[in-house]
Amino acid sequence: MIFFASIGRTFLGFLASTGRLSIFAGEALSHLVRPPIYTLLILQQILRIGYFSLPVVGLTSFFTGAVLCLQIFIGGSRYGAESAVPQIVVLGIVRELGPVIAGLMVAGRVSAAIAAEIGTMRVTEQIDALTTLSTNPMKYLVVPRLVAAVVSMPILVAVADSIGVFGGYIVGTQSLGFNGAVYMQNTIDFVTNQDIASGLIKASVFGFIIALMGCYHGFNSKGGAQGVGAATTAAVVSASILILGANYFMTSILFQE
Amino acid sequence: MSATPTTDVPKIELQNVAKSFGAKTVLDGIDLKIGKGESVVIIGGSGSGKSVTIKCILGILRASAGKILVDGEDVTRISGAKRDKYLRKFGMLFQGGALFDSLPVWENVAFGLIQGHGVKRRDARELALGKLAQVGLGEEVADLSPAELSGGMQKRVGLARAIAADPEIIFFDEPTTGLDPIMADVINDLIASTVKDLGVTALSITHDMASARKISDRMALLYKGKIIWDGRTADIDSCGNPYVEQFIRGSADGPIKMEVRR
Repeated sequence: MIFFASIGRTFLGFLASTGRLSIFAGEALSHLVRPPIYTLLILQQILRIGYFSLPVVGLTSFFTGAVLCLQIFIGGSRYGAESAVPQIVVLGIVRELGPVIAGLMVAGRVSAAIAAEIGTMRVTEQIDALTTLSTNPMKYLVVPRLVAAVVSMPILVAVADSIGVFGGYIVGTQSLGFNGAVYMQNTIDFVTNQDIASGLIKASVFGFIIALMGCYHGFNSKGGAQGVGAATTAAVVSASILILGANYFMTSILFQE
Repeated sequence: MSATPTTDVPKIELQNVAKSFGAKTVLDGIDLKIGKGESVVIIGGSGSGKSVTIKCILGILRASAGKILVDGEDVTRISGAKRDKYLRKFGMLFQGGALFDSLPVWENVAFGLIQGHGVKRRDARELALGKLAQVGLGEEVADLSPAELSGGMQKRVGLARAIAADPEIIFFDEPTTGLDPIMADVINDLIASTVKDLGVTALSITHDMASARKISDRMALLYKGKIIWDGRTADIDSCGNPYVEQFIRGSADGPIKMEVRR
Protein backbone atom coordinates (compact mmCIF):
# COMPACT_ATOMS: atom_id res chain seq x y z
CA MET A 1 0.00 0.00 0.00
CA ILE A 2 2.76 2.38 0.96
CA PHE A 3 4.46 1.59 -2.34
CA PHE A 4 1.39 2.59 -4.37
CA ALA A 5 0.83 5.66 -2.22
CA SER A 6 4.32 6.90 -2.96
CA ILE A 7 3.82 6.39 -6.71
CA GLY A 8 0.56 8.32 -6.50
CA ARG A 9 2.15 11.12 -4.49
CA THR A 10 5.01 11.47 -6.94
CA PHE A 11 2.62 11.52 -9.89
CA LEU A 12 0.34 14.11 -8.27
CA GLY A 13 3.38 16.20 -7.39
CA PHE A 14 4.49 16.05 -11.00
CA LEU A 15 1.07 17.17 -12.22
CA ALA A 16 0.95 20.00 -9.68
CA SER A 17 4.35 21.36 -10.64
CA THR A 18 3.53 21.10 -14.35
CA GLY A 19 0.40 23.11 -13.65
CA ARG A 20 2.29 25.72 -11.62
CA LEU A 21 4.90 26.05 -14.35
CA SER A 22 2.20 26.45 -17.02
CA ILE A 23 0.45 29.16 -15.01
CA PHE A 24 3.78 30.92 -14.48
CA ALA A 25 4.62 30.74 -18.21
CA GLY A 26 1.14 31.93 -19.17
CA GLU A 27 1.34 34.88 -16.79
CA ALA A 28 4.80 35.81 -18.10
CA LEU A 29 3.58 35.68 -21.70
CA SER A 30 0.54 37.81 -20.90
CA HIS A 31 2.82 40.49 -19.45
CA LEU A 32 4.96 40.36 -22.59
CA VAL A 33 2.48 42.42 -24.58
CA ARG A 34 1.12 44.76 -21.92
CA PRO A 35 2.91 48.02 -21.11
CA PRO A 36 5.12 49.15 -19.49
CA ILE A 37 7.93 47.48 -21.45
CA TYR A 38 11.38 47.93 -19.90
CA THR A 39 13.52 48.35 -23.04
CA LEU A 40 16.69 49.25 -21.14
CA LEU A 41 16.43 46.12 -19.00
CA ILE A 42 15.93 43.97 -22.12
CA LEU A 43 19.11 45.40 -23.68
CA GLN A 44 20.99 44.86 -20.41
CA GLN A 45 19.88 41.22 -20.34
CA ILE A 46 20.82 40.69 -24.00
CA LEU A 47 24.29 41.84 -23.07
CA ARG A 48 24.44 39.48 -20.09
CA ILE A 49 22.74 36.45 -21.61
CA GLY A 50 23.94 36.78 -25.20
CA TYR A 51 27.17 38.70 -25.45
CA PHE A 52 28.88 37.37 -22.33
CA SER A 53 28.06 33.78 -23.37
CA LEU A 54 30.02 34.15 -26.60
CA PRO A 55 33.41 32.89 -25.31
CA VAL A 56 32.05 29.73 -23.72
CA VAL A 57 29.75 28.94 -26.64
CA GLY A 58 32.51 29.68 -29.17
CA LEU A 59 35.06 27.43 -27.46
CA THR A 60 32.71 24.49 -26.99
CA SER A 61 31.44 24.61 -30.56
CA PHE A 62 34.98 24.87 -31.93
CA PHE A 63 36.01 21.66 -30.20
CA THR A 64 32.73 19.97 -31.09
CA GLY A 65 33.29 20.69 -34.78
CA ALA A 66 36.88 19.52 -34.52
CA VAL A 67 36.08 16.21 -32.84
CA LEU A 68 33.12 15.61 -35.15
CA CYS A 69 35.42 15.99 -38.16
CA LEU A 70 37.93 13.57 -36.66
CA GLN A 71 35.36 10.90 -35.79
CA ILE A 72 33.61 11.03 -39.14
CA PHE A 73 36.92 10.76 -40.94
CA ILE A 74 37.94 7.70 -38.89
CA GLY A 75 34.51 6.07 -39.20
CA GLY A 76 34.11 6.98 -42.88
CA SER A 77 37.54 5.61 -43.81
CA ARG A 78 36.33 2.10 -42.95
CA TYR A 79 34.30 2.06 -46.15
CA GLY A 80 35.97 4.71 -48.19
CA ALA A 81 33.60 7.60 -47.41
CA GLU A 82 36.23 10.10 -46.23
CA SER A 83 35.23 12.63 -48.87
CA ALA A 84 31.81 13.11 -47.24
CA VAL A 85 33.38 14.61 -44.08
CA PRO A 86 32.66 18.32 -44.79
CA GLN A 87 29.02 17.65 -45.64
CA ILE A 88 28.35 15.54 -42.56
CA VAL A 89 30.17 17.99 -40.28
CA VAL A 90 28.15 20.97 -41.44
CA LEU A 91 24.88 19.08 -41.24
CA GLY A 92 25.63 17.74 -37.78
CA ILE A 93 26.66 21.14 -36.49
CA VAL A 94 23.92 23.26 -38.04
CA ARG A 95 21.02 20.92 -37.42
CA GLU A 96 21.82 19.41 -34.04
CA LEU A 97 25.08 20.02 -32.26
CA GLY A 98 25.27 23.79 -32.68
CA PRO A 99 21.90 24.54 -31.05
CA VAL A 100 22.11 21.73 -28.49
CA ILE A 101 25.65 22.41 -27.33
CA ALA A 102 25.04 26.15 -27.19
CA GLY A 103 21.72 25.51 -25.43
CA LEU A 104 23.28 23.30 -22.78
CA MET A 105 26.19 25.67 -22.18
CA VAL A 106 23.89 28.68 -21.87
CA ALA A 107 21.56 26.64 -19.65
CA GLY A 108 24.47 26.03 -17.30
CA ARG A 109 25.63 29.62 -17.40
CA VAL A 110 22.44 31.63 -17.62
CA SER A 111 19.69 29.52 -15.99
CA ALA A 112 21.88 29.19 -12.93
CA ALA A 113 22.65 32.91 -12.82
CA ILE A 114 19.00 33.88 -13.26
CA ALA A 115 17.78 31.40 -10.64
CA ALA A 116 20.42 32.51 -8.14
CA GLU A 117 19.72 36.21 -8.69
CA ILE A 118 15.93 36.01 -8.58
CA GLY A 119 16.06 33.40 -5.79
CA THR A 120 18.16 35.73 -3.64
CA MET A 121 15.76 38.56 -4.39
CA ARG A 122 12.91 36.32 -3.27
CA VAL A 123 14.44 35.27 0.06
CA THR A 124 15.62 38.80 0.90
CA GLU A 125 12.10 40.16 0.20
CA GLN A 126 13.32 42.26 -2.74
CA ILE A 127 10.51 40.83 -4.88
CA ASP A 128 7.94 41.88 -2.26
CA ALA A 129 9.62 45.28 -2.20
CA LEU A 130 9.15 45.58 -5.98
CA THR A 131 5.45 44.88 -5.53
CA THR A 132 5.04 47.49 -2.80
CA LEU A 133 6.76 50.01 -5.08
CA SER A 134 3.96 49.46 -7.63
CA THR A 135 6.23 47.49 -9.96
CA ASN A 136 5.11 44.12 -11.24
CA PRO A 137 7.96 41.62 -10.69
CA MET A 138 6.80 39.60 -13.71
CA LYS A 139 7.25 42.62 -15.95
CA TYR A 140 10.39 43.91 -14.31
CA LEU A 141 12.30 40.65 -13.80
CA VAL A 142 10.84 37.85 -15.93
CA VAL A 143 9.82 39.50 -19.21
CA PRO A 144 13.21 41.16 -19.94
CA ARG A 145 15.05 37.87 -19.37
CA LEU A 146 12.63 35.88 -21.51
CA VAL A 147 12.81 38.36 -24.38
CA ALA A 148 16.59 38.65 -24.16
CA ALA A 149 17.11 34.88 -24.19
CA VAL A 150 14.70 34.28 -27.07
CA VAL A 151 16.41 37.02 -29.11
CA SER A 152 20.03 36.23 -28.28
CA MET A 153 20.03 32.45 -28.55
CA PRO A 154 19.60 32.34 -32.37
CA ILE A 155 22.41 34.86 -32.75
CA LEU A 156 24.62 32.83 -30.42
CA VAL A 157 23.81 29.67 -32.33
CA ALA A 158 24.57 31.33 -35.67
CA VAL A 159 28.00 32.18 -34.28
CA ALA A 160 28.35 28.69 -32.81
CA ASP A 161 27.49 27.14 -36.18
CA SER A 162 30.17 29.16 -37.95
CA ILE A 163 32.81 28.42 -35.35
CA GLY A 164 31.87 24.71 -35.27
CA VAL A 165 32.25 24.40 -39.03
CA PHE A 166 35.51 26.32 -38.75
CA GLY A 167 36.74 23.83 -36.09
CA GLY A 168 36.04 20.98 -38.51
CA TYR A 169 37.75 22.90 -41.30
CA ILE A 170 40.93 23.38 -39.23
CA VAL A 171 41.17 19.69 -38.35
CA GLY A 172 40.25 18.63 -41.89
CA THR A 173 42.81 20.81 -43.62
CA GLN A 174 45.59 20.73 -41.04
CA SER A 175 45.71 17.09 -39.97
CA LEU A 176 43.51 15.10 -42.35
CA GLY A 177 44.90 16.46 -45.62
CA PHE A 178 41.75 18.06 -47.10
CA ASN A 179 42.17 20.86 -49.60
CA GLY A 180 40.83 24.04 -47.98
CA ALA A 181 38.95 25.37 -51.00
CA VAL A 182 37.33 22.00 -51.72
CA TYR A 183 36.33 21.56 -48.06
CA MET A 184 34.67 25.01 -48.01
CA GLN A 185 32.97 24.45 -51.38
CA ASN A 186 31.55 21.09 -50.28
CA THR A 187 30.27 22.64 -47.06
CA ILE A 188 28.56 25.55 -48.78
CA ASP A 189 27.10 23.48 -51.60
CA PHE A 190 25.61 20.93 -49.29
CA VAL A 191 23.96 22.93 -46.52
CA THR A 192 20.50 24.40 -47.23
CA ASN A 193 18.72 27.40 -45.80
CA GLN A 194 16.21 25.09 -44.20
CA ASP A 195 18.99 23.32 -42.28
CA ILE A 196 20.20 26.62 -40.88
CA ALA A 197 16.71 27.97 -40.16
CA SER A 198 15.68 24.84 -38.28
CA GLY A 199 18.70 25.21 -36.01
CA LEU A 200 17.87 28.85 -35.31
CA ILE A 201 14.24 28.05 -34.52
CA LYS A 202 15.43 25.43 -32.07
CA ALA A 203 17.75 28.02 -30.55
CA SER A 204 14.87 30.41 -29.85
CA VAL A 205 12.86 27.69 -28.15
CA PHE A 206 15.90 26.72 -26.07
CA GLY A 207 16.33 30.36 -25.09
CA PHE A 208 12.74 30.44 -23.87
CA ILE A 209 13.27 27.25 -21.85
CA ILE A 210 16.51 28.55 -20.32
CA ALA A 211 15.06 31.87 -19.13
CA LEU A 212 11.75 30.34 -18.04
CA MET A 213 13.42 27.67 -15.90
CA GLY A 214 15.78 30.17 -14.31
CA CYS A 215 12.96 32.60 -13.49
CA TYR A 216 10.47 29.94 -12.34
CA HIS A 217 12.82 28.22 -9.94
CA GLY A 218 14.21 31.52 -8.70
CA PHE A 219 10.71 32.86 -8.04
CA ASN A 220 9.70 29.76 -6.10
CA SER A 221 12.84 29.41 -4.01
CA LYS A 222 12.45 29.63 -0.27
CA GLY A 223 14.43 29.29 2.90
CA GLY A 224 17.66 31.23 2.59
CA ALA A 225 20.97 30.16 1.09
CA GLN A 226 20.10 26.49 0.86
CA GLY A 227 16.85 27.22 -0.96
CA VAL A 228 18.65 29.41 -3.48
CA GLY A 229 21.20 26.64 -4.05
CA ALA A 230 18.45 24.11 -4.62
CA ALA A 231 16.67 26.48 -7.01
CA THR A 232 19.87 26.97 -9.00
CA THR A 233 20.42 23.24 -9.35
CA ALA A 234 16.79 22.62 -10.26
CA ALA A 235 16.93 25.37 -12.90
CA VAL A 236 20.00 23.95 -14.64
CA VAL A 237 18.84 20.32 -14.48
CA SER A 238 15.30 21.02 -15.67
CA ALA A 239 16.46 23.38 -18.41
CA SER A 240 18.96 20.80 -19.72
CA ILE A 241 16.42 17.97 -19.74
CA LEU A 242 13.75 20.11 -21.37
CA ILE A 243 16.23 21.28 -24.02
CA LEU A 244 17.15 17.71 -24.96
CA GLY A 245 13.52 16.61 -24.92
CA ALA A 246 12.31 19.59 -26.94
CA ASN A 247 15.19 19.03 -29.37
CA TYR A 248 13.98 15.54 -30.17
CA PHE A 249 10.42 16.66 -30.76
CA MET A 250 11.45 19.62 -32.88
CA THR A 251 13.74 17.46 -35.00
CA SER A 252 10.92 15.00 -35.60
CA ILE A 253 8.58 17.84 -36.61
CA LEU A 254 11.00 20.04 -38.56
CA PHE A 255 12.59 17.28 -40.63
CA GLN A 256 9.50 15.33 -41.56
CA GLU A 257 9.94 14.06 -45.10
CA MET B 1 -11.05 48.86 23.54
CA SER B 2 -9.84 52.04 25.12
CA ALA B 3 -8.58 53.75 21.97
CA THR B 4 -10.87 55.38 19.47
CA PRO B 5 -10.02 56.14 15.84
CA THR B 6 -9.55 59.81 15.09
CA THR B 7 -12.04 59.84 12.20
CA ASP B 8 -15.23 57.96 11.46
CA VAL B 9 -13.83 55.94 8.56
CA PRO B 10 -10.71 54.12 9.73
CA LYS B 11 -7.68 54.32 7.44
CA ILE B 12 -7.22 50.58 7.68
CA GLU B 13 -9.81 48.15 8.94
CA LEU B 14 -9.43 44.39 9.27
CA GLN B 15 -12.66 42.46 9.74
CA ASN B 16 -12.27 38.89 10.92
CA VAL B 17 -9.26 38.31 8.65
CA ALA B 18 -8.01 34.73 8.52
CA LYS B 19 -5.15 33.14 6.66
CA SER B 20 -4.04 29.56 6.56
CA PHE B 21 -1.30 27.75 4.67
CA GLY B 22 -2.55 24.26 3.96
CA ALA B 23 -3.69 22.83 7.26
CA LYS B 24 -1.78 25.43 9.29
CA THR B 25 -3.84 28.39 10.46
CA VAL B 26 -1.69 31.47 10.95
CA LEU B 27 -4.34 34.17 11.34
CA ASP B 28 -7.55 33.08 13.02
CA GLY B 29 -9.95 35.98 12.64
CA ILE B 30 -8.29 39.33 13.28
CA ASP B 31 -10.20 42.55 13.90
CA LEU B 32 -8.23 45.78 13.92
CA LYS B 33 -9.05 49.41 13.19
CA ILE B 34 -6.36 51.98 12.57
CA GLY B 35 -7.40 55.61 12.41
CA LYS B 36 -5.88 58.24 10.15
CA GLY B 37 -2.59 59.51 11.53
CA GLU B 38 -2.40 56.84 14.18
CA SER B 39 0.73 54.78 14.84
CA VAL B 40 -0.14 51.23 15.80
CA VAL B 41 2.31 48.49 16.68
CA ILE B 42 1.44 44.82 16.56
CA ILE B 43 3.55 42.97 19.09
CA GLY B 44 3.86 39.25 19.34
CA GLY B 45 6.30 36.39 19.41
CA SER B 46 8.08 34.90 16.45
CA GLY B 47 5.73 33.03 14.16
CA SER B 48 2.58 34.62 15.61
CA GLY B 49 1.50 35.90 12.18
CA LYS B 50 2.66 39.52 12.36
CA SER B 51 4.34 39.54 8.95
CA VAL B 52 1.43 37.64 7.41
CA THR B 53 -0.95 40.36 8.61
CA ILE B 54 1.02 43.06 6.82
CA LYS B 55 1.45 40.97 3.68
CA CYS B 56 -2.31 40.37 3.55
CA ILE B 57 -3.01 44.12 3.71
CA LEU B 58 -0.49 44.73 0.92
CA GLY B 59 -2.01 41.95 -1.18
CA ILE B 60 1.28 40.03 -1.34
CA LEU B 61 -0.67 37.23 0.35
CA ARG B 62 -4.40 36.76 -0.11
CA ALA B 63 -6.51 36.44 3.04
CA SER B 64 -8.40 33.13 3.26
CA ALA B 65 -11.40 34.80 4.86
CA GLY B 66 -12.57 38.15 6.19
CA LYS B 67 -12.41 41.64 4.79
CA ILE B 68 -9.69 44.27 4.52
CA LEU B 69 -10.80 47.87 4.05
CA VAL B 70 -8.51 50.80 3.30
CA ASP B 71 -10.17 54.23 3.31
CA GLY B 72 -13.46 52.35 3.47
CA GLU B 73 -12.76 50.51 0.21
CA ASP B 74 -12.70 46.73 0.14
CA VAL B 75 -9.25 45.70 -1.06
CA THR B 76 -9.27 42.05 -0.02
CA ARG B 77 -9.25 40.71 -3.58
CA ILE B 78 -7.71 43.66 -5.42
CA SER B 79 -5.45 42.72 -8.34
CA GLY B 80 -3.74 43.88 -11.52
CA ALA B 81 -3.42 47.57 -12.39
CA LYS B 82 -5.90 48.51 -9.64
CA ARG B 83 -3.58 46.96 -7.09
CA ASP B 84 -0.51 48.78 -8.47
CA LYS B 85 -2.44 52.03 -8.04
CA TYR B 86 -3.67 51.03 -4.59
CA LEU B 87 -0.12 50.25 -3.47
CA ARG B 88 0.96 53.83 -4.19
CA LYS B 89 -0.67 54.74 -0.90
CA PHE B 90 1.87 52.59 0.92
CA GLY B 91 5.50 52.71 1.87
CA MET B 92 7.17 49.78 3.50
CA LEU B 93 10.36 49.31 5.46
CA PHE B 94 11.35 45.65 5.19
CA GLN B 95 13.00 43.68 7.95
CA GLY B 96 16.25 43.05 6.08
CA GLY B 97 16.01 46.35 4.19
CA ALA B 98 15.26 44.47 0.94
CA LEU B 99 17.26 47.05 -0.98
CA PHE B 100 17.87 46.19 -4.64
CA ASP B 101 21.54 45.28 -4.69
CA SER B 102 21.77 45.74 -8.45
CA LEU B 103 21.02 49.46 -8.12
CA PRO B 104 22.91 52.30 -6.40
CA VAL B 105 21.47 53.80 -3.22
CA TRP B 106 19.82 56.81 -4.87
CA GLU B 107 18.05 54.64 -7.46
CA ASN B 108 16.78 52.45 -4.65
CA VAL B 109 15.24 55.49 -2.99
CA ALA B 110 13.91 56.85 -6.28
CA PHE B 111 12.63 53.48 -7.54
CA GLY B 112 8.99 54.05 -6.69
CA LEU B 113 9.11 57.57 -8.11
CA ILE B 114 10.60 56.46 -11.43
CA GLN B 115 8.64 53.23 -11.90
CA GLY B 116 5.36 53.94 -10.13
CA HIS B 117 4.93 57.67 -10.58
CA GLY B 118 6.76 58.31 -13.86
CA VAL B 119 9.15 60.95 -12.48
CA LYS B 120 12.12 61.73 -14.79
CA ARG B 121 15.43 60.27 -13.66
CA ARG B 122 17.16 63.60 -13.15
CA ASP B 123 14.33 65.02 -11.02
CA ALA B 124 14.04 61.72 -9.19
CA ARG B 125 17.69 61.90 -8.18
CA GLU B 126 17.17 65.34 -6.66
CA LEU B 127 14.11 64.09 -4.75
CA ALA B 128 16.03 61.01 -3.61
CA LEU B 129 18.88 63.15 -2.26
CA GLY B 130 16.31 65.17 -0.32
CA LYS B 131 14.82 62.03 1.22
CA LEU B 132 18.26 60.71 2.08
CA ALA B 133 19.01 64.00 3.86
CA GLN B 134 15.73 63.58 5.76
CA VAL B 135 16.98 60.30 7.24
CA GLY B 136 20.39 61.79 7.99
CA LEU B 137 22.39 60.48 5.05
CA GLY B 138 24.61 62.73 2.93
CA GLU B 139 25.10 62.94 -0.80
CA GLU B 140 28.24 60.82 -0.59
CA VAL B 141 26.25 57.59 -0.09
CA ALA B 142 23.98 58.20 -3.09
CA ASP B 143 26.18 56.42 -5.62
CA LEU B 144 27.32 53.58 -3.36
CA SER B 145 25.89 50.12 -3.74
CA PRO B 146 23.66 48.96 -0.83
CA ALA B 147 26.14 46.16 -0.04
CA GLU B 148 28.72 48.80 0.90
CA LEU B 149 26.54 50.19 3.71
CA SER B 150 26.32 49.13 7.36
CA GLY B 151 23.13 47.62 8.75
CA GLY B 152 21.98 50.89 10.29
CA MET B 153 22.61 52.81 7.09
CA GLN B 154 20.71 50.19 5.09
CA LYS B 155 17.74 50.67 7.41
CA ARG B 156 17.91 54.41 6.82
CA VAL B 157 18.02 53.95 3.06
CA GLY B 158 15.07 51.56 3.41
CA LEU B 159 13.23 54.25 5.37
CA ALA B 160 14.09 56.87 2.75
CA ARG B 161 12.71 54.54 0.08
CA ALA B 162 9.56 53.95 2.11
CA ILE B 163 8.82 57.67 2.41
CA ALA B 164 10.11 58.66 -1.07
CA ALA B 165 6.75 58.71 -2.84
CA ASP B 166 4.97 60.54 0.01
CA PRO B 167 2.82 57.59 1.10
CA GLU B 168 -0.29 57.89 3.28
CA ILE B 169 0.47 54.69 5.14
CA ILE B 170 3.86 53.26 6.15
CA PHE B 171 4.51 49.72 7.35
CA PHE B 172 7.54 48.93 9.44
CA ASP B 173 8.56 45.27 9.64
CA GLU B 174 10.85 44.66 12.63
CA PRO B 175 12.60 48.02 12.19
CA THR B 176 15.21 47.42 14.89
CA THR B 177 16.06 43.77 14.31
CA GLY B 178 19.76 43.19 13.78
CA LEU B 179 20.86 46.60 15.05
CA ASP B 180 22.89 47.44 18.14
CA PRO B 181 20.86 49.09 20.97
CA ILE B 182 22.10 52.59 20.19
CA MET B 183 21.47 52.37 16.48
CA ALA B 184 18.09 50.80 17.27
CA ASP B 185 17.21 53.85 19.34
CA VAL B 186 18.38 56.19 16.59
CA ILE B 187 16.15 54.36 14.10
CA ASN B 188 13.23 54.49 16.59
CA ASP B 189 13.60 58.25 16.97
CA LEU B 190 13.81 58.59 13.22
CA ILE B 191 10.65 56.55 12.72
CA ALA B 192 8.76 58.43 15.44
CA SER B 193 9.71 61.83 14.04
CA THR B 194 9.10 60.79 10.44
CA VAL B 195 5.63 59.51 11.23
CA LYS B 196 4.81 62.67 13.16
CA ASP B 197 6.27 65.11 10.63
CA LEU B 198 4.64 63.48 7.63
CA GLY B 199 1.34 62.91 9.41
CA VAL B 200 1.09 59.42 8.00
CA THR B 201 -0.69 56.39 9.36
CA ALA B 202 1.82 53.82 10.57
CA LEU B 203 1.54 50.12 11.26
CA SER B 204 4.60 48.38 12.67
CA ILE B 205 5.32 44.87 13.77
CA THR B 206 8.00 44.12 16.29
CA HIS B 207 8.90 42.02 19.29
CA ASP B 208 11.17 44.73 20.64
CA MET B 209 9.20 46.39 23.47
CA ALA B 210 11.50 49.42 23.73
CA SER B 211 10.95 50.11 20.07
CA ALA B 212 7.19 49.49 20.32
CA ARG B 213 6.83 51.97 23.22
CA LYS B 214 8.75 54.62 21.40
CA ILE B 215 7.02 54.56 18.03
CA SER B 216 3.40 53.70 18.86
CA ASP B 217 0.22 55.41 20.05
CA ARG B 218 -1.49 52.07 20.38
CA MET B 219 -0.46 48.46 20.64
CA ALA B 220 -2.10 45.17 19.79
CA LEU B 221 -0.83 41.81 21.00
CA LEU B 222 -1.08 38.98 18.49
CA TYR B 223 -1.04 35.49 19.94
CA LYS B 224 -1.95 32.24 18.19
CA GLY B 225 -3.52 34.05 15.25
CA LYS B 226 -5.78 36.30 17.32
CA ILE B 227 -5.46 39.79 18.74
CA ILE B 228 -5.84 39.23 22.44
CA TRP B 229 -5.24 42.78 23.65
CA ASP B 230 -5.55 46.17 22.00
CA GLY B 231 -5.02 49.44 23.82
CA ARG B 232 -3.17 52.70 24.24
CA THR B 233 0.59 52.49 24.69
CA ALA B 234 0.35 54.71 27.77
CA ASP B 235 -1.94 52.14 29.44
CA ILE B 236 0.10 49.08 28.68
CA ASP B 237 1.83 48.82 32.06
CA SER B 238 -1.46 48.96 33.93
CA CYS B 239 -3.58 46.86 31.63
CA GLY B 240 -3.80 43.83 33.90
CA ASN B 241 -3.71 41.41 30.99
CA PRO B 242 -1.49 38.46 31.95
CA TYR B 243 -0.42 37.86 28.34
CA VAL B 244 0.68 41.45 27.87
CA GLU B 245 2.42 41.51 31.23
CA GLN B 246 4.38 38.39 30.38
CA PHE B 247 5.37 39.88 27.04
CA ILE B 248 6.54 43.10 28.70
CA ARG B 249 8.52 41.21 31.31
CA GLY B 250 10.00 38.96 28.62
CA SER B 251 9.55 35.97 30.88
CA ALA B 252 9.28 32.34 29.82
CA ASP B 253 6.75 31.69 32.60
CA GLY B 254 3.16 32.75 32.06
CA PRO B 255 0.13 32.07 29.91
CA ILE B 256 2.08 32.41 26.64
CA LYS B 257 3.68 29.07 25.88
CA MET B 258 6.36 28.97 23.25
CA GLU B 259 6.38 25.80 21.22
CA VAL B 260 9.82 24.53 22.11
CA ARG B 261 10.68 20.86 21.74
CA ARG B 262 12.96 19.51 24.37
